[in-house]
Amino acid sequence: MRISRRQAMLMPAALAAAAAVPAIVRAQSGPLRIEITEGVIEPLPFALPAFVAENAGGQQYAGELGRVIAANLVNTGLFREIPDSAHIGRITSFDASVAYADWRAINAQALITGAVSASGGRMTVKFRLFDVFSGQQMGDGLQFAGGTESWRRMAHKVSDAVYSRITGEGGYFDSRVVFVAETGPRDNRRKQLAIMDQDGANVQYLTDGNALVFAPRFSPGGERILFTSYDTGFPRIYLMDLASLRRQALADQPGTMTFAPRFAPDGRTVIYSLSRGGTTDLYSLEIGSSRIVQLTNAPSIATAPSYAPDGSRIVFESDRSGTQQLYVMPASGGNAQRISAGSGRYGTPVWSPRGDLIAFTKSHQGRFHIGVMRTDGSQERLLTASFLDEGPTWAPNGRVIMFTRESAGGDPALHSVDISGRNLRRVPTPTAASDPAWSPLLG
Amino acid sequence: MPRFSHALLLLAALAVGACTNPDRFGPGSGAGGPGSGITGAGLGDVNDPRSPAYFQNRVGDRVFFTVDSSTLNDTARQTLVAQARWLNDNPDYRVIIEGHADERGTREYNIALGARRANAVVEFLNAQGVSNARMRSVSYGKERPVEACPEQRCWDVNRRAVTVVSLGVGS
Repeated sequence: MRISRRQAMLMPAALAAAAAVPAIVRAQSGPLRIEITEGVIEPLPFALPAFVAENAGGQQYAGELGRVIAANLVNTGLFREIPDSAHIGRITSFDASVAYADWRAINAQALITGAVSASGGRMTVKFRLFDVFSGQQMGDGLQFAGGTESWRRMAHKVSDAVYSRITGEGGYFDSRVVFVAETGPRDNRRKQLAIMDQDGANVQYLTDGNALVFAPRFSPGGERILFTSYDTGFPRIYLMDLASLRRQALADQPGTMTFAPRFAPDGRTVIYSLSRGGTTDLYSLEIGSSRIVQLTNAPSIATAPSYAPDGSRIVFESDRSGTQQLYVMPASGGNAQRISAGSGRYGTPVWSPRGDLIAFTKSHQGRFHIGVMRTDGSQERLLTASFLDEGPTWAPNGRVIMFTRESAGGDPALHSVDISGRNLRRVPTPTAASDPAWSPLLG
Repeated sequence: MPRFSHALLLLAALAVGACTNPDRFGPGSGAGGPGSGITGAGLGDVNDPRSPAYFQNRVGDRVFFTVDSSTLNDTARQTLVAQARWLNDNPDYRVIIEGHADERGTREYNIALGARRANAVVEFLNAQGVSNARMRSVSYGKERPVEACPEQRCWDVNRRAVTVVSLGVGS
């Protein structure tokens, strides 16, 4: 069944990170293939005719599902949609044979077909993916069922399956982003926590604007968030359940400020910064027992901690050397090794969900960058540059980074970029926005 | 190999759950927060040496810092000596020291940097006889600039520590 033809979309090694990610070279079940880390120079053309409505209830979703899926794929920068107006073939039945010649004629390399039925508030979505030039279906058809209110999630699941089959990578479309929505003047900004789908749909606000909030972070299961709020007039870390919006204050120690919380991969431990007497150190807290352990003890600043996915180590920033730099230490504290070596200041390190890279903010000569390096600090690559870029967060598959960008005198907005440095995009939000945190796949 | 391979349609039947958050808060709801120091109302007469208005305007309620620094320069020390004298003469007032940073840093680091600046003021005032029991510090990092322009002259006044006095309230 293996066919030797592959997408010839490899780019010369300038942007390649393949050495850091050996997992991507595993064998594929189908011939269509995009090597993400090689850097794609020409997007793969696909056709996505409107899904077939298999009953009257399905009609209102048939076109919209396809639009959401196509937008997901196109926004990766890896795919290009051949518009309906160019189509020769028509898909009128989900199970009919595909006339490959019609799709070859318009140079569609991938064809995505689907069908939808809906009634009584429930719907069923199914799809197939075809490699047009080899004349074969790629993988099995898949069917998703659920409530009609979650039709966009079904479109995201189809998108994840298509992306996964063609790239060999995990998907990231069925995920959400929690962020800080900003309104009002710069010297008295209102900040509210908000959550949305990764494509900007379904925005919901999680707090009112009465207290400053910043830097929300998802739990490993995606059902809770940590954040910092000035509810009491002083920065303090909180835990919120996303279903009920109930929140609880964590780690209350009078006379201190706590901030920069992040979950350990076990979901039961929280690491955070605590400022007391001008010194900021890292602490960990077991949510169940409220047991607190001090992890650093230096007369300097240690903040922005992030766990390795296996929970064994922590990367954080400290100015113990005189300027902000990145350090890695055991999760239990102890000897910290500096990993950042270039000139400039390094902050907000975040360990990739794949464990292979650390994303960070770098400021140097008046510019700010989002970059990635290996976990030992080698192979630093800067992905962006602007007046102010900061606060990277990883897509669940470790292939895309979202961050805050603020132009000089402008409002902050969310942006995303591939780890190859390509496909820089603004992520749509209803207001100015900052501090994105990407959820795990919703599952 | 068949020309058309119609594989089994897997009935994955993933139960796609709905997002059930009530959208309790709209955008722009809420009143914003404090953090810009004293803002005018209830400060008394600026010519009354015992009024917060006098403290704010005649004594001087703020000191400034250079980039990444929490060192108090001579001007800052003179201001803080005068603040301490006023606070020692007006023992009913409590103070909150707000530490701030300019926008040219990352958010978390700026919170920590603001804390360090506020602490430098607390320690100086304490050495001048102001009891620690009257003082509490808070950092706003880069969240509450007084000047919004993306230029050096604005960043210079945003890197500050502000001493906010109030009667009996505070921590």
